[in-house]
Amino acid sequence: MNEWTTKTITAGGSELVFTEGGSGKPLLVLCEELGDPGWLKWKKELAKTRTLITPQHPGFGVSPRISWALSIGDLANYYAQVMVEQGWVGADVVGFSLGGWIAAEMAAQNPVQFSSMTLVAPMGIKPPSGDICDIYQYLTSDYLAYSVSNVDGTPEFGDLFGGEVTAEQFERFQDATAESARFAWQPYMNNPALSKRLGLIKDLPTQILWGDEDKIVPASAADVYQKSIQGSKVVTFKGCGHRPEIEQTDKFVAEVQSILS
Amino acid sequence: MHITTFTERPYAHIPEEEVIKNSSFFGVSNKFLDPVKGGALFNRYFDEKVYAEELGFDGVMLNEHHANPFTMGGVMDVEASILARITKKVKIALMGNPLPVADPLRLAEELATIDMISGGRLVTGWVRGAGCEQLANNINPTYNRERFDEAHDFIMQAWSKDGPWRYEGKHYEYRHVNPWVKPIQKPIPETWIPSLVSPETAEFAARNRYSYFALATFLAPTVEMWNLYADTAAKEGYQAGPECFGYLQKVVCADTDEEAYELGKNYVYGGGQPAFARPEWMFPAGYNSKAATKRMAYALTDPETNEAVVSGKDASEEINVPEMKKYNTEVLYKNLIRNRQIITGTPETCLVKIRNIMETLRPGIFAVWHIEGGPTTHEQSMKSMKLLGEEVLPKMREWAKELDLPGPGEVKPGSRKLPTNGKRDPVCDESALAA
Repeated sequence: MNEWTTKTITAGGSELVFTEGGSGKPLLVLCEELGDPGWLKWKKELAKTRTLITPQHPGFGVSPRISWALSIGDLANYYAQVMVEQGWVGADVVGFSLGGWIAAEMAAQNPVQFSSMTLVAPMGIKPPSGDICDIYQYLTSDYLAYSVSNVDGTPEFGDLFGGEVTAEQFERFQDATAESARFAWQPYMNNPALSKRLGLIKDLPTQILWGDEDKIVPASAADVYQKSIQGSKVVTFKGCGHRPEIEQTDKFVAEVQSILS
Repeated sequence: MHITTFTERPYAHIPEEEVIKNSSFFGVSNKFLDPVKGGALFNRYFDEKVYAEELGFDGVMLNEHHANPFTMGGVMDVEASILARITKKVKIALMGNPLPVADPLRLAEELATIDMISGGRLVTGWVRGAGCEQLANNINPTYNRERFDEAHDFIMQAWSKDGPWRYEGKHYEYRHVNPWVKPIQKPIPETWIPSLVSPETAEFAARNRYSYFALATFLAPTVEMWNLYADTAAKEGYQAGPECFGYLQKVVCADTDEEAYELGKNYVYGGGQPAFARPEWMFPAGYNSKAATKRMAYALTDPETNEAVVSGKDASEEINVPEMKKYNTEVLYKNLIRNRQIITGTPETCLVKIRNIMETLRPGIFAVWHIEGGPTTHEQSMKSMKLLGEEVLPKMREWAKELDLPGPGEVKPGSRKLPTNGKRDPVCDESALAA
């Protein structure tokens, strides 16, 4: 039997597909710029005590595009409407890369909609040193390989996005990255106002997880996030790239569990 | 028939091994550019255009690419302005202006200026621009089609509507539109739409009664596009004719077949056109329509293993330069000759193949893509042009009359009536494909 199911709802005036698995208080999972990488080990672990809700971002090939949303801020507003309509307000949130940026925008708009926030190598803030990797100049396969510190040493690397690039998955990657471009082509994957807007957050337990060998979003942005979000802390994963959840799964799961309300 | 001439105007001094190592012309560092040598090349290409006019060709043609030694003309309209002044009779065809990456008001002004200076000799051509043009100009590929449509619509208004007026669109806004330059040709300059077998483009051209200009594409898919154009034209209520179709063909001439064959190898210098840009640069996410992405997804997936077959270049990947050089000049070149993508030979040899294209495609516009690339010298280009102008061109004109192939200057595209039974006539001769 599947550990998770796919559901389709109408929320925020649009159809939204999400996966749901586990039991307990809801934990909102916001995916990256390539879409949903799938039900991996870290999810299995966290699903023992939490209900994991993973929306398939609008326009990323599964849920339909929301044409009025033109920025990550708009998308954050859309998800806030979904949270209210579905009774998910007060959930914990974990966001990865582009999804981390969405979570940060949501918290900047309304911090009390979450009980805790875990940002995993989030985009959204321009790193003071180094550049966010330009996904639009890479083949997806190369971008994926670039996202971990050591492809061969990452057992679940081959399981990302179902493991093989079928024609259907190729289309999904195209959809996801195209929709990411619609939201964040310029400024590239960041919002210059975000670090100031995060000043609204006063008492939301927040942690920022980052691999010190991240080649997608340079870890120098972690400090800016930490300074912008009152009371937040940074957890560094040594020898790790952009995907601590599969590169150092045990440590990742422990860190997330430590902050869950 | 309108017979015109083209070259990419490459930066010929680029070291071939740098292109091969990069698997692409786009992306090679501009540290290899010597502006003095580049300037001399620009002037050489101008001389060749002027010579084309002297030889009796009807037109000269330019194109635009950015950040790419394959074509130096990143600001084609500047070159076209010079041609407007230094030539006297030829049409100056711009194939084409990449609308999504341009400022449409500025572009409307540039083109009107060229038409005014040249006395109405401009031929405009609208393109979406390759994927890498979007990257080089930092234009969101997701909005490529929207920007193309909006910019096209805006330019038509800028050329026809009396100013000043205000414009607020989705992608462009102008507070004060009142350009003090307008095209001499009314209502708009002659227009051909360049394309690489894109159905959307063929339909766009037919709906707007623009000629469709096939950029050296294979004959069979070109025939498909012309049939699609003709079907769309019939729906619009007109019969498509030769004036609606143009074809670009690489042709190199020399005194002997052997000499021409050797010279033609320069077309594949560095990998030639197939090495224009790597796939990750040609097709950035969002650049293609959903339908085109679907086509590409299945075209690029191995039906047996269901795995992607597309590959770019990994930074760690080592490319064997001598092996690739050999491949380019032996395997690639032979295939391009066999597929008639490149025609080489004495005038007599070339004419046989050109006749076949004229019979098959029945184009009203024929563009000769002159020899270029790497070691091609000015003298070699001029010699090939001379043979084409003096020995090939007159015969082509004779055949165009015999086959009844008028250009858009003779019969206005969109002006032919459909047969009374409402069914369109054929626009090409597919039986000649096999010949």
